[in-house]
Amino acid sequence: MAELSTDDGGGGKKHGKKRAKKSSTRIDMTPMVDLGFLLLTFFILTTTFNKPQAMQLTMPKKIKDPSELENSSKVDDDHTINILLTKNNTVYWYFGIADPNKGALPALNKVSYGPNGLRKILIDENNKRHRTYDEIEKLKKMVAEGKMPKDSLSKKKIAFLDDPKRKASILTVLLKPDKDAKYKNIVDALDEMAICNIGIYALLESNPIEDQMIANAQSYN
Amino acid sequence: MPKIKMPKNSPSIDMTPMVDLAFLLVTFFMLISQFRAEEAAVIDIPSSVSDLKIPEKELLMILVDKKDRVFFNLTGQEERVEVLEKMGEKYGIVFNAEQKKEFSNMASFGVPMKQLQYYLDANSSERKKLAETTSGIPIDSLNCEICNWIYYARRTAPKFRVAIKGDQVTSYPVVRKVMDYLQDDNIGKVNKFNLITNMETGPSN
Repeated sequence: MAELSTDDGGGGKKHGKKRAKKSSTRIDMTPMVDLGFLLLTFFILTTTFNKPQAMQLTMPKKIKDPSELENSSKVDDDHTINILLTKNNTVYWYFGIADPNKGALPALNKVSYGPNGLRKILIDENNKRHRTYDEIEKLKKMVAEGKMPKDSLSKKKIAFLDDPKRKASILTVLLKPDKDAKYKNIVDALDEMAICNIGIYALLESNPIEDQMIANAQSYN
Repeated sequence: MPKIKMPKNSPSIDMTPMVDLAFLLVTFFMLISQFRAEEAAVIDIPSSVSDLKIPEKELLMILVDKKDRVFFNLTGQEERVEVLEKMGEKYGIVFNAEQKKEFSNMASFGVPMKQLQYYLDANSSERKKLAETTSGIPIDSLNCEICNWIYYARRTAPKFRVAIKGDQVTSYPVVRKVMDYLQDDNIGKVNKFNLITNMETGPSN
């Protein structure tokens, strides 16, 4: 290819001496280079660098014995957001508890996933209660800037959330996917929990009352 | 006018350093790359902002594909064989040495116990076909094979992390059912899961 013969050994000499023809010691390396890069390309394309990424999810322990329920933490109506995930990537949310015995059912609000929907509401509500979002964001920033070791983040977070003067009024989010929800919806919603620095959240199941509320809300639209 | 004579350079370049470099890189990529065994299920995982990396070793993984079929995977060859033997005992199936070896080298699988021997004996193209048509591991509470897989895997390798890998469009109740089995004190007895996700860049999307 690019190699021109640079052979100057013996050919042009005008002396009558006979010499063994000096062959050039250079080898044309082009094919070797071709092969090398071919292999290189192959290995670059087939290598998978990325290890699987994962999101940690800790589920509440199952309660079998009703007496255990007495000791478990009660959900405070005023500080609880229920997020109902249903088909067609639709999200509804409401405050408090939907219990027909306690008066009218709360109205469902429809939102979308993403920065202007669910995230905005959650960050606002979280900030209304002790500016939780901003405070935890500060901690995260310190870790990002290297001012704080990463492993102390969760400890600091828990210390903030468990403070006796805040503990009772920290925002709690209950995620309740119904039977039509997709796995992606759950992951997206859990993602929002992480982004919005929600202190307490749990993955539950929608109850029949909420299923009915969703059905009603969908029939209006 | 005097002619400007350009020095006649040989147009050939010494390619040796380039070759050296190329082969160095080839060697690097050869050593670093690991070929993974082909998964039985094609799963398009959802993305999340979580940047937690989990090791590929010591992992008990339950996969649920977009048709809601359940697949099972366990790393570690000895553990796999042990679990297979226990499952064989439970269902009265005796696996021969070849089948055990095949099983230990496999990635995820999703066939009912009745078909497992046939699946292990099949060659790769037959197996691929079977993986496409299988109904997955039964998760019915009456015939809960996945419960038994989880049960024996958890007892054989109690320290393994538990991961769930679901497709974006997997329906939630199936995942929930698997989680319930994993959480059950008589089956999996684990409350901490890793949901396998893709990397998403920041919360700015």
